[in-house]
Amino acid sequence: MGTMPDGTQGDSTHGSMRGASTHATAQLDDGVVPDPSLPPTSVDESVRDAADRTWTPAKIALWAAIALLGGVAWFLLAIVRGETVNAIWFVFASVCTYLIGYRFYSKVIERYLTKPNDRRATPAEYKADGKDYVRTDRNVLFGHHFAAIAGAGPLVGPVIAAQMGYLPGTIWIIIGVVLAGAVQDYLVLFFSMRRGGRSLGQMAREELGVIGGTAALVATLLIMVIIVAILALVVVNALGESPWGVFSVGMTIPIALFMGVYLRFIRPGKVMEVSLIGFVLLMAAIIGGGAVAGTEWGAAFFHLDKVTIAWGLIVYGFIAAILPVWLLLAPRDYLSTFMKIGVIVMLALAIIVVRPEITVPAFSEFAGRDNGPVFSGALFPFLFVTIACGALSGFHALIASGTTPKLIEKERQTRLIGYGGMLMESFVAIMALVAAISIDRGIYFAMNAPVALTGGTVETAAAWVNSLGLSGVNITAGDLAQTAKDVGEQSIVSRSGGAPTLAVGLAHIMQQFIGGTAMMAFWYHFAIMFEALFILTAVDAGTRVARFMLQDSIGNFVPKFKEHSWRPGAWLCTAIMVAAWGAVLLMGVTDPLGGINTLFPLFGIANQLLAAIALSVCLAIAAKRTAPKYLWIVAAPLAFAAVVTITASFYKIFSPVPAVGYFANNAAFTKALADGKTSFGTAKTQAAMEAVVRNTMIQGWLSIVFVVLSIIVIITAVMATIKALRNTAAGLPNAEHEDPAQASRVFAPAGFVPTAAERDLAAAWNQLPAGERLEKSGHH
Amino acid sequence: MNAVLAGFRGFAGYLGGVLGADAYKKYLEHHEASGHTGPPLTEREFWREKTDRQDTNPQGRCC
Repeated sequence: MGTMPDGTQGDSTHGSMRGASTHATAQLDDGVVPDPSLPPTSVDESVRDAADRTWTPAKIALWAAIALLGGVAWFLLAIVRGETVNAIWFVFASVCTYLIGYRFYSKVIERYLTKPNDRRATPAEYKADGKDYVRTDRNVLFGHHFAAIAGAGPLVGPVIAAQMGYLPGTIWIIIGVVLAGAVQDYLVLFFSMRRGGRSLGQMAREELGVIGGTAALVATLLIMVIIVAILALVVVNALGESPWGVFSVGMTIPIALFMGVYLRFIRPGKVMEVSLIGFVLLMAAIIGGGAVAGTEWGAAFFHLDKVTIAWGLIVYGFIAAILPVWLLLAPRDYLSTFMKIGVIVMLALAIIVVRPEITVPAFSEFAGRDNGPVFSGALFPFLFVTIACGALSGFHALIASGTTPKLIEKERQTRLIGYGGMLMESFVAIMALVAAISIDRGIYFAMNAPVALTGGTVETAAAWVNSLGLSGVNITAGDLAQTAKDVGEQSIVSRSGGAPTLAVGLAHIMQQFIGGTAMMAFWYHFAIMFEALFILTAVDAGTRVARFMLQDSIGNFVPKFKEHSWRPGAWLCTAIMVAAWGAVLLMGVTDPLGGINTLFPLFGIANQLLAAIALSVCLAIAAKRTAPKYLWIVAAPLAFAAVVTITASFYKIFSPVPAVGYFANNAAFTKALADGKTSFGTAKTQAAMEAVVRNTMIQGWLSIVFVVLSIIVIITAVMATIKALRNTAAGLPNAEHEDPAQASRVFAPAGFVPTAAERDLAAAWNQLPAGERLEKSGHH
Repeated sequence: MNAVLAGFRGFAGYLGGVLGADAYKKYLEHHEASGHTGPPLTEREFWREKTDRQDTNPQGRCC
């Protein structure tokens, strides 16, 4: 790939390239005047292009091998119909596809759409304040961004979607992330970075006008309420009637408080130290939980029903959101991040080492039906909303337009952090899927179907599962009782919500890796603990973010509310947000139809409508900066997300099938009540029937509001896009909301591994006297 | 043995970076590089100020 310029040569080649490489991009007419005393801040465009386009035999062999391995893995997963398939092929199929997507597709996006320019300073450079805007080493920021986007979502959705067999979920997670999810994250991150780290809401208002912007803001707020409520529901379902779980998860609160006090008063800034202490205490809480739950008083005291836990969570959510950040949120965030990285590395290692055999069929009996027990509705569109996080998650747009863009060191690194970070989350989703399908299918259905179907006892559950007529499934009450005993629970029947199933799967895999069956209960509660930890952090942070959004919105009418430190306003808005998600949570907990089973689709729809909103904003921005023929990069995932979510919403609103349509169900139950029936379907009392009528009405109206708001946003975005394209065609300028370009004064490589050209350039920078360059950002 | 130790240090440093444990170090670097107008905050003051600022400037956490 030729010799690379050293520092001085770099400068001169740079000058001489001015005329030669203008065809590549308009980069050198970028209005940036670099400091002549510094080495170049960007690898020369033509040098990078040449390196990209030079295919040495070794490089060809490497990519051929990756493609071949991926192809073989996909063939084994999708085409070969053996009795079993080894889990390792899921790893190969996903990783090889990610590598190809990252190396080829994300570079297409970079070349034709984002067109990053390393000669421009990033907000972390031109707005540097040492606090919020700080240049951060790309590898560290990758981990930081990943920890912010990945939570319980990718661990739950794939588990629930496994009802349809492993293949639909696997294809959607892997292909969806490459063409949709990672594209959204990358674009939002890049566009927000070019705008000084502005939020999605602000970008929507700028690009889509008042109507589109307001609709986007209201939709975001509502969607956050739904997402927080359903995440909380997952925790409630995992902890209900589980003394061990309640004790160990409950202990995270005093542990976090202790860590907070330690960091504030005893040893400020010793984050690693306190995280290690917290981790040890967490492990002690898990082990102690087993001992406590084993005693008579412990089992009695910590045995709480779901409604009590839900109320506990609501009270906790309010208190946590008004306590100062240092006391609870910040320390638990450290713990949560610490656990996240550790757990994911461990799970990946365990799957690679243990390589469990999967007996679940590629397509299950429920793939072609719309009345599955875990979630109802046909594969299209409901599988695509059940798996949101891991394939396409709109929530990420809030992170990618929040903290991360303020920390990026160089523009080109957005591809690694935005696109690459999302690929990593997708990999987590694949591992969650593998863990969930590594357990027996009979146990899977007994755990994930609502009580109304399983009857709640091991005998009725086993009889119900066997009556489904699933091939190769034959469980006994003894199997269910034994599994419950192995994981240290009183019962695993109807533990819906995904988290307990994942925990059983993870315990099943981990015990083969470390500890044997004796350790299964520990691993199960370890998994429950980290999922609860992620979710509680998301609940806290989500309530806070939503509270500020509400305060700002009310502030437009009552200016006093804009003062964030005004206590009555803060408390009132917190109370409103907690009441909103608390109401949905209680509705889910008490729902006779099995809350998570009816509400989870709403979670996925909400999350992907947010993705449609984010992609709409990206489309409007992209129309101003690329040729129309490349707009499909954004338009294709937007169209898919819009079709999936709008179709799913319409089914939920208009379907005449009571199991699918909220209003159809509402009508059926209303009629039954009018006919004077005292039990109908799965509702055994009149009060339960009234609850169904109420719940379906609320869920139906929520669906209507979401879909209407999202359609408004999409229409305004398409109008903005057409206007931008017309302006361009007519040679008129488009309104530009980017911050003005400023010359960068630093250099850093773009990817994990620096290229030869980047290494040479870095060497030139290192030769510069320390006083003449900005301090390198903190590097390990 | 040294390689193992260095590897462990590197990993611990990376994890610290991801957690944001090096925020004070970065603040000092910024303070130094930006032409200081006064003495920097002490470590204790810096962390207090940082978490107190988060009270009015919350960061989202994803699902």
